[in-house]
Amino acid sequence: MKSALAIATVVLGLIAVWYVAAALMNASLQRDQFANSGRADYSAHDLVGASLNMERPKLPAPHQVAAELYKLVLATPPTSKRSLVYHGVITLEETLIGFAIGSALGIGLAVLIVSMRWLDRSMMPWIVASQTVPIIALAPMIVVILNQFDITGVAPKAAIAAYLSFFPVTVGMVKGFRSPDPLQLDLMRTYSATNAQTFIKLRAPASAPFFFASMKVGAAAALVGAVVAEVTKSEDGGLGARLLAGSYYGQTVQIWAALFAAAALSAALVGAIGVAGRVAERRMAFTP
Amino acid sequence: MDVAAAPKLKPNDGGKAPAADAAIEISGVSLRFDTGDGPVEALSNVSLKVARGEFVSFIGPSGCGKTTLLRAVADLETPTSGAIRVNGMSPHEARASRAYGYVFQAPALYPWRSVARNIALPLEVMGFAKAEREARVAKGLELVNLSGFGAKFPWQLSGGMQQRASIARALSFDPDLLLMDEPFGALDEIVRDMLNQQLLRLWDVTGKTVMFVTHSIPEAVFLSTHIVVMSPRPGRIIDVIACDFPRDRALDIRETPEFMGVANRVRHGLREGHSYDG
Repeated sequence: MKSALAIATVVLGLIAVWYVAAALMNASLQRDQFANSGRADYSAHDLVGASLNMERPKLPAPHQVAAELYKLVLATPPTSKRSLVYHGVITLEETLIGFAIGSALGIGLAVLIVSMRWLDRSMMPWIVASQTVPIIALAPMIVVILNQFDITGVAPKAAIAAYLSFFPVTVGMVKGFRSPDPLQLDLMRTYSATNAQTFIKLRAPASAPFFFASMKVGAAAALVGAVVAEVTKSEDGGLGARLLAGSYYGQTVQIWAALFAAAALSAALVGAIGVAGRVAERRMAFTP
Repeated sequence: MDVAAAPKLKPNDGGKAPAADAAIEISGVSLRFDTGDGPVEALSNVSLKVARGEFVSFIGPSGCGKTTLLRAVADLETPTSGAIRVNGMSPHEARASRAYGYVFQAPALYPWRSVARNIALPLEVMGFAKAEREARVAKGLELVNLSGFGAKFPWQLSGGMQQRASIARALSFDPDLLLMDEPFGALDEIVRDMLNQQLLRLWDVTGKTVMFVTHSIPEAVFLSTHIVVMSPRPGRIIDVIACDFPRDRALDIRETPEFMGVANRVRHGLREGHSYDG
């Protein structure tokens, strides 16, 4: 109850700041519009009111974004190309495929790195380097290269999503597989356990808390990758395509609506993984 | 006094065991750790023989190498020089043939496994069949008075119960040798007394050879057939004290003059070891 109140306070505070910022940023634009239409006898109240309800504001007001979201999510049939549900499903599909590939790749790399010491030194620099290249520069190249091999549609976007999501999974799982304390490892040595046995009976179960933390970061990264890929190749639709279309036509309200849809999708994914993690950890008796 | 020259411990079962039957033979073992501040002489020319069925305690201040010696016997550390034989094998062979069970300072139970599955862990690693595992786990739980707690998880158990579970785990595959590194160090006096009695009974019933590291004098005197007193910098043996109370001794022997006498000799040895410091 107390935390609900705290959360509500923060949200209300943020919305208040947003309204003030919207009024301040849009006021000069609105003043110009009043001047162009030959209207000079407006009050400060009129100016603020109009600034918060412009058709193409610099920063749309919260109620404008909410109205746009209502219109595009609930009031538009999901089969329509204007519906955010339609585009959200496209983005979700790319994200999930990319995330599945990325986390499988990430876990596989982590297993290799932990099992073979020389791989740690030889592969980790490349893995880190792969993430220092800006994805916005790399995405068009991946699309073009894959197109050469007739790989089009969802696949190139899933590839870009996978490219972004494997890294946090690798880093997190390497840490997780190395999380058993020396005593727990010594115990396995006293049994003359093989490396595979130590992995299956100790390292893998010990990594469970790290697994779900890695999955959360990986899922969020996959969604960013999918959206960036859609901006690169926007004719197939998706939330990224809506962002691009909005910026072409100066439809700031539409951009913000698409942004919020992407954020909600990301939050839903991360939240679902969090729930799965809590259930799994309770079943594994990590927590009372 | 040259105690480093292999003080030979006589078996307490009437001397029927010949020297070749020694469970542990440590001869001239030195072990040096290379740390950031230069080399540390953890063990210096340590020699010792332990006969089968003995309960030998190792006592000394921290840094005297008692844990290192136990770990070297277990093949968890490798001596810089000297030789160790465990049941006539090298420590590596002994570890490979699962000759010993090791009980650590902390219970080191795996938190995602129930108590029963923790005890079954070495059995799983060693490839025992499921029925055999279940039978041995039930026997182990009974041995350490934990019957009925098999389905509990480690966090649901007190510290003493956790350590008992770890003892059952070490005994589950029936090794000849039990290596115990301050197993009750973190427990309070009352629990420790109770566990000491249980351990003594367990030793009597199973007839295992036990190497037991402690820094409690009463604990060492109460449990052991021989007490090895060690001293730090460099880690070495300064005295081996026989302690021939009956095997089924009760806690109240601690008030007898004989007990006090042995305890005093241990205390004296420890003090003598400290005077080397300077």
